[in-house]
Amino acid sequence: MFELAVGPVSRALVPLVTRGVSESHWWDKWLLLAGGVAVFIAVIGIILFLADKSPKKIRDWAQLLVFVGPSILLLLVGLVYPAVRTIILSAFDDKGTTFVGLSNYLWMVTQPSIVQTLINTVIWVLIVPLASVAFGLAYAIFIDKARGEPVLKSLVFMPMAISFVGASVIWKFMYEYRGSELEQIGLLNQILVWLGFQPQQFLLNSPWNTFFLIIVMIWIQTGFAMVVFSAAIKGIPNEIIEAAKLDGANAWQQFRNVTLPGIRGSMVVVLTTISIATLKVFDIVRTMTGGNYGTSVIANEMYSQTFIQVQPGRGSALAVVLFILVLPIVIYNIRVMRKQKEIR
Amino acid sequence: MTTSATIESPDLAPATISVKASKAKKKLTSRAATIAAIVIAVFWTIPTFGLFVSSFRPAELITTTGWWTIFQNWGLTFDNYAEVLTKSGASSANLGVYFVNSLIITIPGTLFPMVLALMAAYAFAWIPFKGRDIIFIVVFALQVVPLQLALVPLLQIFSASGIAGTFPAVWIAHTIFGLPLTIFLLHNFISEIPGEVIEAAKVDGASHTQVFFRIILPLTVPAIASVFIFQFLWVWNDLLVALVFSGGTSDVAPLTLRLAQMTGTLGSSWQLLTAGAFVAIALPLVVFFSLQRFFVRGLLAGSTKG
Amino acid sequence: MKHVKTTRRLISTAAMVGAVGLVLVGCSSGDAAESQSAAPVAGCEDYGTYGTFTDNPNVAISSTIVDTEADNLVKSWEQFEKCTGITIKYTGNKDFESQILQQAQGGTAPDIALFPQPGLLASVVNTTGKVVPAPDSVVANIDKWWSADWKGYGTIDGTVYAAPLMASVKGYIWYSPADLKARGIEIPTTLDELMADTEAMATASDNPKGYKPWCAGMESGAASGWPGTDWIEDYVLRLNGPDVYDQWASGTTKFNSDEIKKAFTGVGDILLNPDYVNGGIGNVKSINSSAWADAIAPIAQGTCSFYHGASFMAAQSALEGKDISENGDLYAFMLPGTEADANAVTGAGEFVGAFNNDPATVAVQTYLSSDTWANNRVKLGGVISANKGLDPANADSPISEQSVKILQDPNTTFRFDASDAMPAAVGSGSFWTGIVNWINGDSLDSVLSAIDSSWPAS
Repeated sequence: MFELAVGPVSRALVPLVTRGVSESHWWDKWLLLAGGVAVFIAVIGIILFLADKSPKKIRDWAQLLVFVGPSILLLLVGLVYPAVRTIILSAFDDKGTTFVGLSNYLWMVTQPSIVQTLINTVIWVLIVPLASVAFGLAYAIFIDKARGEPVLKSLVFMPMAISFVGASVIWKFMYEYRGSELEQIGLLNQILVWLGFQPQQFLLNSPWNTFFLIIVMIWIQTGFAMVVFSAAIKGIPNEIIEAAKLDGANAWQQFRNVTLPGIRGSMVVVLTTISIATLKVFDIVRTMTGGNYGTSVIANEMYSQTFIQVQPGRGSALAVVLFILVLPIVIYNIRVMRKQKEIR
Repeated sequence: MTTSATIESPDLAPATISVKASKAKKKLTSRAATIAAIVIAVFWTIPTFGLFVSSFRPAELITTTGWWTIFQNWGLTFDNYAEVLTKSGASSANLGVYFVNSLIITIPGTLFPMVLALMAAYAFAWIPFKGRDIIFIVVFALQVVPLQLALVPLLQIFSASGIAGTFPAVWIAHTIFGLPLTIFLLHNFISEIPGEVIEAAKVDGASHTQVFFRIILPLTVPAIASVFIFQFLWVWNDLLVALVFSGGTSDVAPLTLRLAQMTGTLGSSWQLLTAGAFVAIALPLVVFFSLQRFFVRGLLAGSTKG
Repeated sequence: MKHVKTTRRLISTAAMVGAVGLVLVGCSSGDAAESQSAAPVAGCEDYGTYGTFTDNPNVAISSTIVDTEADNLVKSWEQFEKCTGITIKYTGNKDFESQILQQAQGGTAPDIALFPQPGLLASVVNTTGKVVPAPDSVVANIDKWWSADWKGYGTIDGTVYAAPLMASVKGYIWYSPADLKARGIEIPTTLDELMADTEAMATASDNPKGYKPWCAGMESGAASGWPGTDWIEDYVLRLNGPDVYDQWASGTTKFNSDEIKKAFTGVGDILLNPDYVNGGIGNVKSINSSAWADAIAPIAQGTCSFYHGASFMAAQSALEGKDISENGDLYAFMLPGTEADANAVTGAGEFVGAFNNDPATVAVQTYLSSDTWANNRVKLGGVISANKGLDPANADSPISEQSVKILQDPNTTFRFDASDAMPAAVGSGSFWTGIVNWINGDSLDSVLSAIDSSWPAS
């Protein structure tokens, strides 16, 4: 099935891809890029055109197929199949050959360190989305229509543009510790020293170290929330805001009665997206503490079990727990969608 | 404590409140708002700013003194940037080559999923079909599938179809991994377009394709711009997908790989990490600034539900 | 067959793009395109046995080695490429260890992989079955140039899969010669002397602010804790001898046994003593938050005297530009044993595994296992090899030279890094975690039993 979708594209590209070594030029890469994009656009354009011109009887059906077909096909191959495979693997041993039933799950709940990991993940997913939304929304409202809005926005957006690993590097630098008799090189500890406190090992002292890692994720995700909310706020029709102002509504009332209903849809999207991103958080923990000192989360543990310690069964079981943790978010979205439909 | 009632339910504040009082309060909130905004902006900027200052300091000073003491411990150098930008060796080219690789990966890696997701999001929002909601829910729930577990099965398919280790393989992988989030985000915007607009077009005899191009696309420009940024950033900052699907040879590898390599086989080099981070962040910021003008008031998308 | 075909295409793409890259930077080292001619080239006397390939084949190699060390690696086979017509496409990336498993399973493994630990080689062999046994020419080289011990590290269940490549000697104590001289401290010859010196340095009256005799760092991202495993291994070997060491590495002697506990306690006498660590950085816990290689920096600042690190410290950027010699900025002595003149050392090295046996791949593999390669590479500096054909004079620093001699000395009791040989769940998992938890204040008993319980069944 996949061959059907990819075959023609890849065959069309093969001459570009496999040209002889001796006659290569600097533009070959760009040619490959242009060719790839052109082929993609042409294929999409042609199937859209054909579906549009198909006989009336099958037209609705053909159009539907063209619109969702490619995405569904790619997702089946690239994500649904691996997900199913993971679920199956989670019931097998580390060689993937012997069926062990639920023993990988049993292992999970009997290892104190893994239980700690599960608890940490829940803490992350409770705090990060709410805090990011609070800061992002507040900032979006505060700077709306302010002078230099683009610059103000990019200041908070900037962390988004840095990779997770880059962000971890930046914060490790912030948390850096030196003994109290030495000069501090991490800003946070310097502030503590200025205030007359002892410098702290922010990343080593459990359980607070988890919160210092969470700050990094909030720092990143606030930019996402802010950009989406800012667009949503600008989408609220002027008339409604003017009407509220005429009614004498104060800032808080405007927020409660105009802004909040106006951005409810975006709110669900942002909460959902950040929650899922948080469930999958991995680079931050891996880069900053390596999952040590009681800071590990499921995604990090899954990676280390699967690829470092070569225990794919255990790794898969941890991944299945991730799938289960996302269920409440899914159910919440279903309910929102139902409500939305009733309104419509 | 006389104001306790107002605090408990501020939105029910009596409408008879005098205009004067209301104005005074508004000024106050806006001043508080300004201060809060500044506090957030500063707090969000300081870590990056510290890194920025450090990126111009010599290695020894970075590891012994804080960046805020730059005036007491003066030392400014462009060496870190010079090293990051121009350093090349027998096993690696200079940064320009990797920059190009990143672009070749990122452009289709952003464009392809955007196009497919726009089409799918439209179908999920406006083409009624059996099982639509369930399929949509499954699609967005797929976001949680850890990338690392999806790599091997996909790699096997790619090697079977003979495109493993080429740029197109990286493009397809990024398309697949980007679809759940982009569909979910775009669906939200597209489904909020007032139904009357689309019904009107349908009554005029427009097909789905025509509605898509004439109504949906123009109306979702701000949404496309913002989702574009996120997909772009994701692909630009990605290391894992590019590494696994390009075969990782240094000739097709992206910027992220080069920067990761510069910090040495086993050790850490603050001075190169700092400068490298700013080289990698430059293009995303340019993209963000140039898309700014699309996030403007007056466009219909993201409006209140009718 | 299919696999080979795919690899070929991958390589030709890579080669094409590579050539593009070269043009872009205006670099003129395009041997790939030029050297089709099989005519004998000057300086090819050493390469006759590998044959000449007129079809200009590509061989892809990948490993964890990046940056300067990767450049030297590429240089070490430049002449080989010229003489044989083979083009080697090298890829270094720090995530190699997790990636090689994925690529092998996905069918896109490189032709040759340089495994940084024998444990990883065994994992890939056992879980994917894609690594091919070493060809006869390589086995012949191993028998000729390496000791039986080193051959054993690349052998799995009786089959030889990989030849050793480079090596490192662990257990060096780095110091500043000027510092020791000023303090009037002689190089200790026993562990007791080392501890006495440590005490003397800690209690000296004129120590600068923040001074402690030792500085150490365990931070290494996801691999944090590995420097501590080197400490423990050195002590296990020195306190208990090679037999206990072997039993411990294979799992028959538990971590919770008296012998291993003794080693931990010995290390703890230094690393957990707030009067002895962590020079120029902070308290005991700060060992965990310090990047391992950067933790040597306080020696130069005079706030620390001793740092425990392997021979490859010399190649770290933290020591860039430093004069490493007996009267230079930095030098090192071997961690002593319980008696003077002890000769037991630990060390580690890379292993060359191949995923196919194409003639070109075999030729490269054979070259990498030869004495020619070992001398070529060591001459370029920074590393050593346990290859018996290596001339110690080719080593670039006194420490490297000394390390080569240690490796080649028949009286040396050499033991491979035990954590590299343990199952990954311990050697790259609970042992690392155990170290950092122990430094962070967890009780020794709980740490040791946690490690024991993570040892995989069977």
